[in-house]
Amino acid sequence: MEFFSDLVEYLEINYSTVLEALRDHLYIGLVPVVIAFVLSLPLGFLVVRYGWLRVPLLTLSSVLYTIPSLALILVIPGILSTNILDPNNVVIALTIYGLALLVRTTADGLSSIDPLIVQAATAMGYKPVRRWFAVDLPLALPVVLSGLRVATVASVSMASIAALVGIGGLGQLFTRGFQLGFYPPPIVIGLVLSVALAVVADLVIVLVQRAVTPWTRLRQGA
Amino acid sequence: MGGYFSYLLDGANWTFDPNGFPTRILEHLGYTAVAVLVAAVIAFPIGLLIGHTNKGAFFAINLGNAARAVPTIGILFLVLALAGLGLVPVIAALVALAVPPILTTTYAGIRSVDPAVVDAARGIGLRERQIVTQVELPVALPIIMGGLRNAVLQVVATATIAAYVGQGGLGRYLFSGLALRDYPRVVAGSVLVAVLAVLLDLAISGVQRVLVSPGTDGRAAKRRTTSRTRRAAERGHDTAQALGSATTTSRHAGSST
Repeated sequence: MEFFSDLVEYLEINYSTVLEALRDHLYIGLVPVVIAFVLSLPLGFLVVRYGWLRVPLLTLSSVLYTIPSLALILVIPGILSTNILDPNNVVIALTIYGLALLVRTTADGLSSIDPLIVQAATAMGYKPVRRWFAVDLPLALPVVLSGLRVATVASVSMASIAALVGIGGLGQLFTRGFQLGFYPPPIVIGLVLSVALAVVADLVIVLVQRAVTPWTRLRQGA
Repeated sequence: MGGYFSYLLDGANWTFDPNGFPTRILEHLGYTAVAVLVAAVIAFPIGLLIGHTNKGAFFAINLGNAARAVPTIGILFLVLALAGLGLVPVIAALVALAVPPILTTTYAGIRSVDPAVVDAARGIGLRERQIVTQVELPVALPIIMGGLRNAVLQVVATATIAAYVGQGGLGRYLFSGLALRDYPRVVAGSVLVAVLAVLLDLAISGVQRVLVSPGTDGRAAKRRTTSRTRRAAERGHDTAQALGSATTTSRHAGSST
């Protein structure tokens, strides 16, 4: 019980620090997913449309995914000549990981569409661009969004690494606990908030998915 | 660009002294190997059991999802706060990182085995233990190896945090480089970790090719279909292959009698 009073006490004294860490974490954890998602749609399209791109792009993305995040965050400033404490280093690194995951799932989603449906849409007079947005993309969404869920949760939990380099986010609560001689309260608060953030973000995507793909539930009900 | 790699390419750093690359690489590999082995010893039997009996499937599926949401450095610092400084907490955090992918893919791999195959195995009189080790495991191996690869990659990347709490490994160069504002040292650490990760990934996929039966991951089927499409062109070659496989079959038949 003493532990819980320590927790409450820490929150009372440091709630502004905790809120700031949460806000920074939202930025470095979620912005990369949004950027990666937007970029993965045209890249996924290219992979499906031009088959020869598939192997090089997907190989590149799995090689990028093997680069450790800490190493990537530390090397980016040298390549882009940004400040080593710039939060955007983390945003760029996590965007690369997000892309590595999402290009694959977007390509999988787009190539899982029944070609007969695409032919039917074309026969009904859809021009290619409109057909892609009105038919191909919605049908690929269940697979694309399940990839987005994985990428989002991974990104939110990976963003804690930033604190080891001295960049903000919930990871700073871990390093704070370390600097206080392994004082558990900030570490536990950071863990709980990080997991809660991941769960909430995941839940939001699930709700969006339910809203934009009503036909998947129809099939289950029948 | 040359300046960035000066630390990595400096021969003085490649000697076998306590702070040289070879020592740090071996430390890093050691942490990775111990963590993945311990994780496999814990996760593999549980995954097999859950997969075979399908009891506790809810646990297996949600463990994977939940684990993805928990930041590893949070776990590391929490373990350190509770158990004190040292190598054991670092390994414990890495084990916690490696268990979920191994457990969930072992479970998923076993579940993916066609139930008809398991029925057939039971029908010809295999015991449950034999079904697991001789039928389900070989068929599920490609998926299980995928999980192992994933676990190794995550552990190699994350083992860099050992240096943050003074335990060596390749993270040493990242953190001391950061503290000294010595960018070439950071580059050296980063490049070595990344190369180690890629090499380990290649090594495991090599092991996977050897361990996985060609009949279970589609390689044999692919060979068969490509040979069928080329049949017209390479009829002679195909016949030779057929003769070859006929002799292997008879050899197998001979050895069993």
